Amino acid sequence: MIHFVLLISRQGKVRLTKWYSPYTQKERSKVIRELSGVILSRAPKLCNFVEWRGHKVVYKRYASLYFCMCIDDTDNELEVLEMIHHFVEILDRYFGSVCELDLIFNFHKAYYILDELLIAGELQESSKKTVARLIAAQDSLVETAKEEASSLSNIIAQATK
Amino acid sequence: MNPFSSDTRLRDMIRAIRACKTAAEERGVVRKECAAIRASIDANDQHYRHRNMSKLMFIHMLGYPTHFGQMECLKLISSPGFPEKRIGYLGLMLLVDERQEVLMLVTNSLKQDLNHTNQYIVGLALCALGNICSAEMARDLAPEVERLLQFRDPNIRKKAAICSLRIIKKVPDLAENFVNPATALLREKHHGVLITGVQLCTELCKISSEALEHIRKKCTEGLVRTLKDLANSPYSPEYDIAGITDPFLHIKLLRLLRALGEGDADASDSMNDILAQVASKTESNKVAGNAILYECVQTIMSIEDNGGLRVLAINILGRFLSNRDNNIRYVALNMLMKAVSADTQAVQRHRATILECVKDSDASIRKRALELVYILVNEANVKPLTKELVDYLEVSDQDFREDLTTKICSIVSKFSHEKIWYIDQMLKLLSKAGNFLKDEVWHALIVVISNASNLHGYTVRALYKAFQTSTEEETFVRVAMWCLGEYGDLLINNVEMLDIEDPITVTESDAVDVVEHALKRHSSDLTTKEMALVALLKLSSRFPSCTERIREIIIQYKGNLVLELQQRSIEFNSIIAKHQNISSTLVERMPVLDEATFNARRAGSLPDAVSTPTGPSVNLPNGAVKSVAPLLDLLDLSADDTPAPSSSGGDFLNDLIGVDPSVVSQQPGAIHTSKNSTDVLLDLLSIGSPSAPIESLPVQRNSSTIDILSPSTSKREPISSLDDLSSVSLSSRAPSNTGAASMTDLLDGFASGPPASENNGLVYPPITAFESSSLRLTFNLSKQPGSPQTTNVQATFMNLSSNAYTDFVFQAAVPKFLQLLLDPASGNTLPANGKGSITQNLKVTNSQHGKKSLVMRIRITYKINGEDKLEEGQITNFPRDL
Repeated sequence: MIHFVLLISRQGKVRLTKWYSPYTQKERSKVIRELSGVILSRAPKLCNFVEWRGHKVVYKRYASLYFCMCIDDTDNELEVLEMIHHFVEILDRYFGSVCELDLIFNFHKAYYILDELLIAGELQESSKKTVARLIAAQDSLVETAKEEASSLSNIIAQATK
Repeated sequence: MNPFSSDTRLRDMIRAIRACKTAAEERGVVRKECAAIRASIDANDQHYRHRNMSKLMFIHMLGYPTHFGQMECLKLISSPGFPEKRIGYLGLMLLVDERQEVLMLVTNSLKQDLNHTNQYIVGLALCALGNICSAEMARDLAPEVERLLQFRDPNIRKKAAICSLRIIKKVPDLAENFVNPATALLREKHHGVLITGVQLCTELCKISSEALEHIRKKCTEGLVRTLKDLANSPYSPEYDIAGITDPFLHIKLLRLLRALGEGDADASDSMNDILAQVASKTESNKVAGNAILYECVQTIMSIEDNGGLRVLAINILGRFLSNRDNNIRYVALNMLMKAVSADTQAVQRHRATILECVKDSDASIRKRALELVYILVNEANVKPLTKELVDYLEVSDQDFREDLTTKICSIVSKFSHEKIWYIDQMLKLLSKAGNFLKDEVWHALIVVISNASNLHGYTVRALYKAFQTSTEEETFVRVAMWCLGEYGDLLINNVEMLDIEDPITVTESDAVDVVEHALKRHSSDLTTKEMALVALLKLSSRFPSCTERIREIIIQYKGNLVLELQQRSIEFNSIIAKHQNISSTLVERMPVLDEATFNARRAGSLPDAVSTPTGPSVNLPNGAVKSVAPLLDLLDLSADDTPAPSSSGGDFLNDLIGVDPSVVSQQPGAIHTSKNSTDVLLDLLSIGSPSAPIESLPVQRNSSTIDILSPSTSKREPISSLDDLSSVSLSSRAPSNTGAASMTDLLDGFASGPPASENNGLVYPPITAFESSSLRLTFNLSKQPGSPQTTNVQATFMNLSSNAYTDFVFQAAVPKFLQLLLDPASGNTLPANGKGSITQNLKVTNSQHGKKSLVMRIRITYKINGEDKLEEGQITNFPRDL
């Protein structure tokens, strides 16, 4: 299973963290510090796997962002690499050629997408289209709710005028 | 509107934080925002709850504390609208983890949402439950999740499947409830449901053997068919990755098949065809294809043997290994590790490639390759492999060296039966990377050197030569010092020359130069300096011509700030100057160190040797070990003197170093040794530490394996200082408190008065502690001076019957105010008719000394002709005031 997902920028800034195994706040920041040290310092062309505290961290760099997933020793590293790519492609489709800024200002959207892809550190959907469809459906639910709320407040405003 | 509530939007806050130039500035902005959010929370401001939560999540991601927002999550979750719930659940998953109690409060909301009519809200609840549920929540909500496995919408079914997976992980007892619904999922067509169902089944197989049986029987064929359909399916754009339809599903199916095939020939048989197809037909030019191949190879290696498939799998790994992509090479090495146990021969074929990988520029690959090489080493290839590794050691990265050194070292020790090769390799290793090695490594080396009597000369010459080029490594210098001290004379005389050696000419003063260099080496630590001083002392008697020079070197340390060095300097100086007549015997070569004992001590947990009768010393019956006895005398000296009461101090010395009788006779104390001396002698020859004083216990605990080389850390009386002298004291000795009784005193004492050990230990008349028709137990009681609370008891067992006893075990128990330490017994068989006895030492510490007297309950078990016997009793006839 995946123990956590990390998105770190080249400067070492955290862009997204998702923890599927319990880590205390202290441990979390330690893990992030340690791993960004290890991963950011690795030269390009080296393999995408780092052994770390009995686990393996699979990472891949896309532009200025490193996508990291920590997995068990027995998991399939190549599969996880493909999973990272899968995630990036979904983000890319959702934001329309995604960039770091999209993920900064819409970080919650990125989380929603991740939640449609992984639960409890396991893959739940292998179709990019299905994920996109589910996210769109939920986004539109939110939109409708907002419109309703604003029209409601309009009505109230007019009534109390 | 609340005047304190912040109405900056999320976007503006992020901008403001990003605009910060310094960390302090950022902290300022965050502090202000947090204050505003707190105010808004306190005002129960519903309008901004949504926005506050988003802000908090961002702040949390930056690493600031956000616990005050946890209750807001709960409020959002319990509000009716979808947008609030969506952000609330997200906040819950981010800000709270399964160990926080807040989580208990959310169980009820979760339950309601799992039953909600809006399927997206059900989805949110399932997602949150899957990500953070604790064991309690799992129990409470399992029925809901189980029901949702049959929900009409597939997207809910798949989420419920993963949730179930988490639930059975948290509470394995619930597994059986999920077996049937989980197997039903395997018949689904929807990929999402299928992939999650397969994962759930895999987990079930891991957790419960019954589930495994059930799934194996009911589903194997169906799964094989599913995989076949998937592998043969035409192009489907929705699931296609690099020309393969849904590689993720491929992999999960292969993993479940692995679980089913392991240990079951029939199941394995039924999946052979499809595995062969996947292994041979899958494209291997993209990550996705390779991921499937990798998983397939793992499955082939794990299921029941099928020769043809294994060959196919190993070939795939061979191809992987020669791939240019580092990722592929990494997984190949990883897989070969597992393949070694199945087919060593096939893996050995790739040895050269693997060895190349040890030298790769990628740390992850190096590490894998090194582990693999370590497994591949065998009798036939150990020499070339070690040579390669040792050679590589010189050019390797600093941070890789530690791993490499430890691995080489354990390879070399594993194949250490050829002494000269072992010594060679270890010396190379020490001189190149000795500082990465643990102390026990060089201790072991010294033991081996000491045992290889025909290689003493060779070793010391090799060390001398190596010392000329490299003195970087501390441990190397220590070994060199030890060997020079011991075998310095073999160095200059070229004694025991081997054919392979080039003769070297070394003068006595060259040898002393080396030791002096080590002593004055800037980086030498205390232990090394101590060893160098001992080496000098030894050389002073081996090289008479250099004695004066050595004395000058030694005397330089008489004002050293480190007490230990100062003391040694003064003592050694005194030996060289005043006691030439005994110094040659004093610095005789160390007796051969006993390998078996050392290894046993190293292997076993050391404190056992003293506190319980299971220690290594039990194996050696009393008296049967004369050959190693001298060594053991030496080692156990500090332990043995406890039961030796009164005047026996001199005897120890006598036995130990065979001091000239004339010296002894001048010592009045030694004359009336009487009865006790025999005990002492007995103790000396016996193995183990028959008396196991409490004082030595902590020492053994601390220094674990060291103590075979440096037994004396107990600071008592002259004996210990003498012991220091003849042993190489390796342990980090606290400044010894010998004070008045230092070496000088001791030796001077020979000439003048009685030794300081003429002490006031107390002896009590022996008591018969227990007597039955078949057995008599007598106690010899004594006390150590200075510790009135502690009584040493020597128990002697005597067989009064006409049958021999075997498997004799003595056990004792004491009330709480007493503390009992039981040493190993001298044996476990007791001959008939009182023709022999077993002795065992006990140590009783009375915390209520003076108020309560000793009592003890005993239990003795033994066998007569294989029949178990048991005797029990209570001992109350101890003398008072013990």
